[in-house]
Amino acid sequence: MNDDLAKAADEADSRREPQAAASQPLLRIDAVVKKFGNFRAVDALSLDVHAGEFFALLGPSGCGKTTLLRMLAGFEVPDEGRILLNGRDIARVPPHQRPVNMMFQSYALFPHLSVQDNIAFGLKRAGMPPADIDARVAEMVALVKLKGLEKRKPDQLSGGQRQRVALARSLARRPQLLLLDEPLAALDKKLRERTQLELMELQRRLGLTFIIVTHDQEEAMTMAGRIGVMDAGRLEQVATPRELYEAPRSRWIAEFVGDINLFEGTQDTAEISHLTMAPRLAIATRDAGTIYVAEPREKLTKSSVCVAIRPEKVKLSRRAPVSDDTKALNRLEGIVTDVSYLGGMTSYKVKLDGGAVIRSSMANTARLDLDSYSPSQRVVAWFSPEDCLVLEQ
Amino acid sequence: MSSSSLFTRPARLAAIAPYLWMGLFFLVPFLFVLKISLSQTAIALPPYTPVFDMGEGWEAIKAALAALSFDNFKLLVSDDLYILSYLRSLMVAAISTAILLVIGYPIAYGMACLPQRWQGVAMMLVIVPFWTSFLIRIYAWINILQHDGLLNQVLLALHLVSAPVVWLSTDSAMYLGIVYSYLPFMILPLYATLAKMDPALLEAAFDLGASPRQAFWRVTFPLSLPGVGAGALLCFIPIVGEFVIPDLLAGSDSLMIGQTLWLEFFTNKDWPVASATAAVLLLLLLAPLLLYDRLQRRQLEQS
Repeated sequence: MNDDLAKAADEADSRREPQAAASQPLLRIDAVVKKFGNFRAVDALSLDVHAGEFFALLGPSGCGKTTLLRMLAGFEVPDEGRILLNGRDIARVPPHQRPVNMMFQSYALFPHLSVQDNIAFGLKRAGMPPADIDARVAEMVALVKLKGLEKRKPDQLSGGQRQRVALARSLARRPQLLLLDEPLAALDKKLRERTQLELMELQRRLGLTFIIVTHDQEEAMTMAGRIGVMDAGRLEQVATPRELYEAPRSRWIAEFVGDINLFEGTQDTAEISHLTMAPRLAIATRDAGTIYVAEPREKLTKSSVCVAIRPEKVKLSRRAPVSDDTKALNRLEGIVTDVSYLGGMTSYKVKLDGGAVIRSSMANTARLDLDSYSPSQRVVAWFSPEDCLVLEQ
Repeated sequence: MSSSSLFTRPARLAAIAPYLWMGLFFLVPFLFVLKISLSQTAIALPPYTPVFDMGEGWEAIKAALAALSFDNFKLLVSDDLYILSYLRSLMVAAISTAILLVIGYPIAYGMACLPQRWQGVAMMLVIVPFWTSFLIRIYAWINILQHDGLLNQVLLALHLVSAPVVWLSTDSAMYLGIVYSYLPFMILPLYATLAKMDPALLEAAFDLGASPRQAFWRVTFPLSLPGVGAGALLCFIPIVGEFVIPDLLAGSDSLMIGQTLWLEFFTNKDWPVASATAAVLLLLLLAPLLLYDRLQRRQLEQS
């Protein structure tokens, strides 16, 4: 089996090189619009995806991510715009003539065909000689670890096995682009996490280009090299998982991706920190006092802003840190109201004296609870200006 | 928990109700028919011998049993009339079922493709003719098909024919009547299987490179086979025993088994031969009936 994989990987490498040589993206979505009646499901959306990428489309339900995927597969025809695959506009090419395959959320396995025949379905349509089909099916069966189940019908398989058949079937034709519509949504948590890693490894080994649609941000973060966050038919931000989390471009994304504390306020030009040399902005928040933040890369245009800080960057202590270290430049006092022990970490809610509630999560690095705080205890929440984000409202 | 306490008493009664029904209204009457088919015709009331009389004691019943014979069944095999009737019935049923399938499948497919809210309307349109009496609808066809009926008037007006065509008392008229009457029985099971098919399966077929035609023959059609089987048997079985439509619309030169049976019973007053005819007909239909039952059971297990 390992030989098969190595062979597949070699083939993938040989295929990747010419594409890498040309700097043209594998897929270019160019100002695509899809309307359902008056509703613009996908609204003038543009995106480039390069060969070998693992790209995730993330967004709440109804944001248009599935519609976009269905346009790539050919099940929907865009009202405007172009979809270029290797430079060729495929926007109006029917699905059965596209070098693109899709893995369906429901798997859509053919119930009347065995595992083997499900995987061979696309190969037969492509007119592959029977001997080659058998070889390719065997290769795919080995790839997704389904040996011994070839003769079974889909209803004789477990959910995880069905998911593998669907994957093998969609990979069998060696598509230039594989689309995955919520591929892991039907699996339980443990199996989902394992399958995520397997999918990533598979994608790397085969050197294929994957576009996955998901509403699960953890899944997108784990698997994808780049994530496109969609809302109301538009791409709000396209970035690596780290950028998306640490430098969200808008308040909406900051709130959508992960947990975050938000404090509304205005830029206070009068007060500039004298404690450090680095440029700082002081933001006078409505209910958390003054918060110092690192100057954003792009100059703020509005005075009404929002300070955002991730809970894991907020530390708690009984007394204010003694040092003048800039790491503790922001010190907000308050009372612990909620403690949730989550195993690896503990999450606290602190009601600040200014009235706001700040969330802090701290890793439980020791087995004994030396550092824990209990409700109604007075604490100082402190964090560094570098960890704060300033977002325009 | 033991399995007997799994069901409450009323539930257990409900479970035997179908068997009770079958026993009372099918098995017992069939045993009567079977007994009559083994008797001899007689000018008496009832018109056959022997007659079981419980009042005359064990010896009389033994004598009656000894008088039963398979003569009527031998007659059925030896006389062309019956064999030809059976063959004609099976042939008419087979041809009608084939025509019904060819007409019914596209209609059912079209219905299943309609937007949800129009599917109910389409279903109504298929069922509504059934709100009128079956006989009235067949008489209406006689009206349309007769010498100066609507069909001939239209054909003449369009100058498609120069003289009225003879429609009535032909096999064409009979097939028309049968197909017309049984079409809903073909459409509804087909529609039921097609409508519940996951549209993602067709998309998957397209996605894997199947043209619309290939997708139909490789995915839609194989998956609709339970519906095809149910529809075909639901039509085939009653058409074999059909009496009214061939009697009213077909010619009298060759008879279906239902007509032969009617003649034996009402015209010849030969109850035993008529009963034997019915018993053999049931035997012939046993195979398709069992097949239908298996199909239905598998459907139930799947859902």
